[in-house]
Amino acid sequence: MQLESLYQEIILDHFKHPHHRGLRPGGAEVHHVNPTCGDEVTLRVALDTGADSDPVVTDVSYEGQGCSISQASTSVMTDLVIGRPLSEALDKHDAFVELMQSQGRGEPDEELLEDAIAFSGVAQYPARVKCALLGWMAFKDAAAQVVAAGHGTEEQR
Amino acid sequence: MSEAGYDIARVREDFPILRRRVHGDKPLVYLDSAATSQKPQGVLDAMDRYYRHSNANVHRGIHALAEEATAAYESARDTVATFIGAPDRHEVVFTKNATEALNLVAYSLSNASAFGAASGGRSTSGWEAAFERFRIGPGDEVVVTEMEHHSNLVPWQMLCQRTGATLRWFGLTDDGRLDLSQIDDLITERTKVLAFVHQSNILGTVNPVETLVRRAREVGALVVLDACQSVPHMPVNVAALDADFVAFSGHKMLGPTGIGVLWGREKLLRTMPPFLGGGEMIQLVEMSGSTYAEPPHRFEAGTPMIAEAVGLGAAVDYLSSIGMAEIAAHEHDVTAYALQRLAEVPGVNLVGPREPVDRGGAISFTVDGLHPHDVGQVLDQRGVAVRVGQHCARPVCVRYGVMATSRASFALYTTHEEVDALIDGLTYVRRFFGLEAAPVAVGGGA
Repeated sequence: MQLESLYQEIILDHFKHPHHRGLRPGGAEVHHVNPTCGDEVTLRVALDTGADSDPVVTDVSYEGQGCSISQASTSVMTDLVIGRPLSEALDKHDAFVELMQSQGRGEPDEELLEDAIAFSGVAQYPARVKCALLGWMAFKDAAAQVVAAGHGTEEQR
Repeated sequence: MSEAGYDIARVREDFPILRRRVHGDKPLVYLDSAATSQKPQGVLDAMDRYYRHSNANVHRGIHALAEEATAAYESARDTVATFIGAPDRHEVVFTKNATEALNLVAYSLSNASAFGAASGGRSTSGWEAAFERFRIGPGDEVVVTEMEHHSNLVPWQMLCQRTGATLRWFGLTDDGRLDLSQIDDLITERTKVLAFVHQSNILGTVNPVETLVRRAREVGALVVLDACQSVPHMPVNVAALDADFVAFSGHKMLGPTGIGVLWGREKLLRTMPPFLGGGEMIQLVEMSGSTYAEPPHRFEAGTPMIAEAVGLGAAVDYLSSIGMAEIAAHEHDVTAYALQRLAEVPGVNLVGPREPVDRGGAISFTVDGLHPHDVGQVLDQRGVAVRVGQHCARPVCVRYGVMATSRASFALYTTHEEVDALIDGLTYVRRFFGLEAAPVAVGGGA
């Protein structure tokens, strides 16, 4: 196994220069940890219902500390879901989880996962899969909380 | 290596796994001996021979194999007793690991309280009065330290939960030592148990046993010593240490997993209530109640770890053949060299004593801007095995404000060349993550 298959250039870029980092107003805030290595993320999701029944993810903001895989994966995730309908964002979530659980045998859907396919190599390192999933799991959790709470932007303070 | 007479090449030949290559063709550089040590051929052979030749259950049956198995198991007890300077072979109790040994003491203490209360004075054995020494309850205190492995912390927290006793602890100084400035206020007449680690698994610190034991004796507290990281690396004589209980594990001292040791002062073990009940630990069983066997069998319920005891005996024989003083000198030399070389790597910060004084070969460190998981992953790809995480000592990470650490730990087979491989690896790690290119721009690191 080559190290470069795990630490692809895109991952290192996002690790060094994370996107959408910092906490901004959102409809819900969650705190997720990965106790085996101490990775942590605090993440907020803002949704806008608009006229449609499928809300749009208007913002995902976060603070966290942890390994390069967990930090870069969260950064890439925000790029993929911000500005997208929630249903599409959750499809991406499901596809990413499936890729991570494929033990390296998965065929990533590049159109759906875009830059997140760079994490394909992580699936071959069982100890690191949880790191890659941390931000995605936090996103799904926070989004569900906003929806459950009625998800209107007017409720955001 | 540097000290004359210590033939490191010959030592390494005795460990088949050290010839392994990982990730293709990289020679294994095993720097994780504090987690578990590798095993010499003699240990593997002894266990193999036992199963091929003598396997039977112990202490029962009169057939040839049962007698051989019993002799092998009890002979391992003799070997361990001699190795740690136990005044009496009956003071050596085999457990499944050091964690169980420590829990054994903690549970025996609360059993002493519970048994006494439940019998309501209607004692069948008459032993309840003898348990008095071990009773613990509200108003009593258990003292530990902030550098304990979770195995010598959580059992005492649980004991306090069960009995209403209060847990107190020594804090740590900035340079990774116990802060003894409040010793007389921490260890008082209320202290029932003082439990502490001989050598820290995360900081490498060797604690001042004599000072702590002296204070414990003044107030009549029981002293429990976690010696997991000292027994494999330095001469340890339980009589000289003067603790009441000493726990250590087999697998960290070249033996197999699945066996640990509790040494206890004979006078105490004799009057201490049992922890686990079952076969072998009893004297007379009636439907209404039972009396208990003498130590060590009182504390060895059920079929014990026979092959593992045989393996541990062989491990002790091996350590003795090299000599613990020689091993300690060699490891001291490697530790001093590693401390000096780690100080040369920019962005590497030690967590624990910087000087090779009262410190063993478990060296924790952080790398500015990098999580230990990334450090460990890249080192592993080069064949260098270190442990990353909180090392079952989360309070230490919290104390020093680090999420986790990387830890390189040494043993009798560790070489200077392996330390060099670690240093080269760390330099490579920093370059790989682009931390070496712009040291000025980083402005003090992350």
